[in-house]
Amino acid sequence: MIEVKDVYFTYPNGVEALSGVSLSIRDGEFIAIMGQNGAGKTTLVKHINGLLKPTKGEVSVDGVSTQKVSVAKLSRKVGFVFQNPDHQLFCETVEDEVAFALQNFGFKEQLIKKRVTWALSLLNLTQYRQSSPFMLSGGERKRVALASVLAWNPDVVILDEPTIGQDYQQKEKLRQFIVQLNTQGKTVIIVTHDVEFVAECNPHVILMAQGKIMAEGGAKETLTNRSLVTQAFIVPPQISQIFFELSDLKLPTNVIDVYDARKVLLDRLEVSS
Amino acid sequence: MSVFDGFKFRKVYSPIHQLDPRVKFFYILVMFAIAIMFNQLLPLILLFFIQLPFVFVAGIQREWARSLRGALFFAIMIFLFNFVFQYFWTEYPLPPSSSLLEYSIAMTLRFIVLVESFSMFFLTTSPDHLGLALEQSHVPYEFCFAFTTAVRFVPVLAEEAQTIMDAQKARGLELERGNFIKKVRNYIPILIPLIVSAIRRSLELAEAMESRAWGATEKRTNLYVLEMERGDYILILISVLILIFAVYVWIFHREQIPLLTNFLAPLELTVTKMS
Repeated sequence: MIEVKDVYFTYPNGVEALSGVSLSIRDGEFIAIMGQNGAGKTTLVKHINGLLKPTKGEVSVDGVSTQKVSVAKLSRKVGFVFQNPDHQLFCETVEDEVAFALQNFGFKEQLIKKRVTWALSLLNLTQYRQSSPFMLSGGERKRVALASVLAWNPDVVILDEPTIGQDYQQKEKLRQFIVQLNTQGKTVIIVTHDVEFVAECNPHVILMAQGKIMAEGGAKETLTNRSLVTQAFIVPPQISQIFFELSDLKLPTNVIDVYDARKVLLDRLEVSS
Repeated sequence: MSVFDGFKFRKVYSPIHQLDPRVKFFYILVMFAIAIMFNQLLPLILLFFIQLPFVFVAGIQREWARSLRGALFFAIMIFLFNFVFQYFWTEYPLPPSSSLLEYSIAMTLRFIVLVESFSMFFLTTSPDHLGLALEQSHVPYEFCFAFTTAVRFVPVLAEEAQTIMDAQKARGLELERGNFIKKVRNYIPILIPLIVSAIRRSLELAEAMESRAWGATEKRTNLYVLEMERGDYILILISVLILIFAVYVWIFHREQIPLLTNFLAPLELTVTKMS
């Protein structure tokens, strides 16, 4: 359970990035935080693992205020995968990279080996175990970064812009993987601009603008709400756009993915035939 | 970061900012030379105060003071080393007298004068002007460009270092843990990604520039050209006069520069009498 209570945050250079954000995330929820650049998305999630401490207000994870514990301690519970894998890879082999956090958390040598094997196979990286992370492709580096966080099995996984720089197939794999994590009971929070990705994942969506939460709700309600989407400077998924354009035909406009669209269109065809 | 803040240029205008960077550089070279020439306290104190008018005319007191505060740690180290080593480890150990104290203070002040003039130079000279000055001093353009780019990328790298630190902290890295050697080792996970990404970035920058025809023309011309003005000639005159005076004193009266403790001697005498 993550609770954010009326949080304000001002960066040292005087920019107020969060102005009064309140939010509660239950265990096992799947959340997507969206909004234009500078809306405060990344600032907000950095509060959850304690990298940033609120200027005013309180953030608590499982009832413990983030003010009172170190980032290292919180990270045990909250895994944070950064946007750019190059900001964290530094070891000689992929194996060492994945083991780094486990060593920091003081896992036993035996357990580290087991966990590394598990995390590598989870992300299809077993064949790269002894390779240098710097020699891998962009998508593979991203997966190494992800494996290095999932290895310690945190209860909450935060992914900052997971889809950037991934080709369509990788994205689809990533989507399945994230959904799988969520069904296994992990709380998953993604920060993203990628509406199509969100539409297919179907999480609980939080729209942010100018350091405030503008709206939250199911992916379907929020992403097909025209005025909301415009206010948050988001372009709705293409499928929804088509149904906006077809509103003259009296078709429903809250269509968000291909399966929905198929159903709606089939219904209409049956009625007319 | 406070040390570096003292060397970061901010865009403001003052007579000092307008001066030609070459002239300013000549001036600080003179200051350097004099600071190295003398190891007595009196001339170094004079040297310290000569620079203050520049700082106040430029209106950079706060940043300048911050750079001095940043240098405080090193200043204290220099003072202690001089004092302790002169006392214990020289062939003819000086007794811990007031003259030893004066010598150590002079050495510390020499360092402070160097930092002070360097900081004054960088606080009042924009990186662009500096590049221009190098170029007009017939330094090859490639070097000038590399220099200005390096200066300009410092804040970018600082920001990146912060992100990397965050990313590694999120993987359980505790920078402050362990003894001194462990603490130094803790920085490896931050330095390696920083260096790797800096190299990657520079390669990308090189490609981007070459694809925009960098270096296509043999003879480059500049939109802005540095020209010497009245203020520049005045500063050169002042610097040369100071230099001549200093060299004169150094050659003919080096031995006669009084120790400040000599002025205090009568005082000391009265103190010992009283006790």
